Amino acid sequence: MSAVVENHDHHDDHHHGPKKGIMRWLKTTNHKDIGTLYLWFAFAAFLLGGAFAMGIRAELFEPGLQLMDPIRYNQLVTMHGLIMIFGGVMPAFVGLANWLIPLQIGAPDMAMPRMNNLSFWLLPVAFAILLSTAFMEGGLPGFGWTFYAPLSTNYPNVAYFVFAIHIMGASSIMGSINVIVTIMNMRAPGMTLMKMPLFVWSWLITAYLLIAVMPVLAGAVTMLLMDAYFGTSFFDAAGGGDPVLFQHVFWFFGHPEVYIMILPAFGITSHIISTFSRKPLFGHSSMVYAMVSIAVLSFVVWAHHMFTVGMPLVAELFFMWATMLIAIPTGVKVFNWCATIFKGSITYETPMLFAIAFVVLFTIGGFSGLMLAITPADFQYHDTYFVVAHFHYVLVPGSVFSIMAAVYYWLPKWTGNMYDEKMGKLHFWLSFIGVNITFFPQHFVGLAGMPRRYADYALQFAEWNAVSSVGAFLFGLSQLLFLYIVVKTVFAGKKATPQVWDGADGLEWTVDSPAPYHTFDVPPKVK
Amino acid sequence: MNTETTSHQKYYVPESSSIPIVFAVAMLFFGVGAADAVMGKGTTLLFIGIVTVIGTLAYWWSVVIRESHAGLDTPQLNTSYVYGMAWFIFSEVMFFAAFFGALFYIRTFSISWLGGEGPTAKGLAGDLLWPDFEATWPPMITPEESLMGEQAITKGPDENMYLQSIGSLGTWLPLYNTVVLLTSSGTVHFAHMALKDNNRKRFNFWLGITVLLAFIFVILQALEYYEAYAHLGLTISSGVYGTTFFMLTGFHGMHVLIGGIFLATQLTRSAGYNHFSDKEHFGFEAASWYWHFVDVVWVCLFLFVYIL
Repeated sequence: MSAVVENHDHHDDHHHGPKKGIMRWLKTTNHKDIGTLYLWFAFAAFLLGGAFAMGIRAELFEPGLQLMDPIRYNQLVTMHGLIMIFGGVMPAFVGLANWLIPLQIGAPDMAMPRMNNLSFWLLPVAFAILLSTAFMEGGLPGFGWTFYAPLSTNYPNVAYFVFAIHIMGASSIMGSINVIVTIMNMRAPGMTLMKMPLFVWSWLITAYLLIAVMPVLAGAVTMLLMDAYFGTSFFDAAGGGDPVLFQHVFWFFGHPEVYIMILPAFGITSHIISTFSRKPLFGHSSMVYAMVSIAVLSFVVWAHHMFTVGMPLVAELFFMWATMLIAIPTGVKVFNWCATIFKGSITYETPMLFAIAFVVLFTIGGFSGLMLAITPADFQYHDTYFVVAHFHYVLVPGSVFSIMAAVYYWLPKWTGNMYDEKMGKLHFWLSFIGVNITFFPQHFVGLAGMPRRYADYALQFAEWNAVSSVGAFLFGLSQLLFLYIVVKTVFAGKKATPQVWDGADGLEWTVDSPAPYHTFDVPPKVK
Repeated sequence: MNTETTSHQKYYVPESSSIPIVFAVAMLFFGVGAADAVMGKGTTLLFIGIVTVIGTLAYWWSVVIRESHAGLDTPQLNTSYVYGMAWFIFSEVMFFAAFFGALFYIRTFSISWLGGEGPTAKGLAGDLLWPDFEATWPPMITPEESLMGEQAITKGPDENMYLQSIGSLGTWLPLYNTVVLLTSSGTVHFAHMALKDNNRKRFNFWLGITVLLAFIFVILQALEYYEAYAHLGLTISSGVYGTTFFMLTGFHGMHVLIGGIFLATQLTRSAGYNHFSDKEHFGFEAASWYWHFVDVVWVCLFLFVYIL
């Protein structure tokens, strides 16, 4: 007992710096440290998942099998998906949440700082378990990130995959509880819900989605584990189950998961577009209502991922209309961003470039999504490269561009240094060109009938695949430039002012750059 | 105990701590160990994992309790714990929702399609593939068994747990379990009332009764499983009925056990260490919320797994 109390006594002044060395990172309870850990973890996963993608594109550079056998190819596709989703995009957003939510609502830290640290450190644990199968007989999982039964129930080493997913889920649920409690309980006096910055709003909704669906994913992997090792019949027609049940349970998680990976991007884009247009955001409250609508609708559209599986007609129709409804709140958001830019005094710093590219390219992904939502048309598109093009348009120039925009936008606040604007712009243009060369041709080969998830393809798809691979290598290599820019900014650069950007508005811009180790010990007053 | 708890007190942000990282390492042992055990590669790591996970958690909570007694818990921090517990229970609700959803899907769609019902291609396929399988719930003969008879790998149970099958109300264990669990929800509420009245003796008494009922439930459930395996030919691999029956009641039973230990811990804190006051007793309240949640799940189970 005395140990705890003593700790507290030393601690009251609260203004000491961080510990030295590795122990700072292992034992930290500071939201800024934990945010940094998440962001670097995500960056590492982004590079690793990216390396896997390079392997995929190298194999697909020309028809035939050149570099690997189909099993290895399947493993690359699977690990690329799992690493980018659970190791890249989600942790990057959680890292941003950790850094920004307390700063934006005027809180001293996250509500439960030790659990916050645990949420992070469970991620390397989960990925260690997942990747350990690479060194076992049977190797890495190769059943796609969607692990459909009965392929997954008959796969070697699936138990490691299952427990890795369980631990990732626990990490996500704890992280989300922390986010919600922080937002509900720790806002500075005067900050009503409708005054809350949109990034905070987007994360409040995202965290709610995560707590609702991560347990369903846990249920799905548990059923899979039981079917694989304990003789249950959830997904086995011979015992009275149904493999399609797996797809229902999985996509009940999977569709909200898709929005988990885009809602924080909406928040980020709203901040950046408003700042560099030097105008308050157009339609702040309609942005909130749009995000809430998208979140609610995300629970009733899951089966549009499985139109061709043989559902009753009434289900096909319901899920088609429900899916198309999502275009309405999404349209509201795109309209509001355009209206914010309209007649603004705009400058094009790197974050703004990424944000504008986000709006345009995400909208393209949205449109192809509408095409896929039409059930009879989807019978043609299903499991072709058109689908691959669609979800990469919303995830790469969508989520990933928004994360890059956020990094450039808040990096001066985190490090105290301005990044190199010229290099940033170069990184943007290389990424922008690379991403479009990679994914736009995939629409064409998809519509022409090239199926996804194969290591080989028919000769008529050769040209566009070669183009796509060249684009992918360009995009991949330009991310090393991103790494260089970030590392350089951490150590050197023009000193940043507290305000950083002249149009920036919000509590995080009222503290010094770099933000002190502890901020808002005494909550600020919000008018 | 801090009596002047006003809202302008500083929010307690703990010093850097080794508990989470130790817990994460424990989870590494637990995760790898569990997978090893499932795949038949030995249980040593799993054992180490379970012991370290439980040990770290117990230590972590003991630190939180000591911090609370040192007066570090402002009303705002308490609110964080209250919200946190509520959202945790919501996540548990969603976990059970996945399994109930699976049950409803199997009963409504998969069984009838396998039995050849419905206008869809799936009904047609069911007719072609398993011509002799009849859509009934619970399915006492699996589709495979309807085709291959004794050669089938996945066979249905000999008996099921529905009242119609057991025959007499007097030997129908789920009814006893329902009475036990519903009563315990009442007794935990009496305990809460007693605590609010500052009557520790009465609190300990009712909480003790609740813990006792919790463990009676677990024992009855174990007895039911024994009956199922030994006398009814009902196992977890008895087709999809056995699957849903054991997975739903099994996860519920696990939650009853956890809830029982949760409540027993609060009883020890009160009876052994005089913890809790009429105003501050969230540790107990959280346990009682959890308990009511477990109770509600059981009511759903009783309806959809044992009666309807």
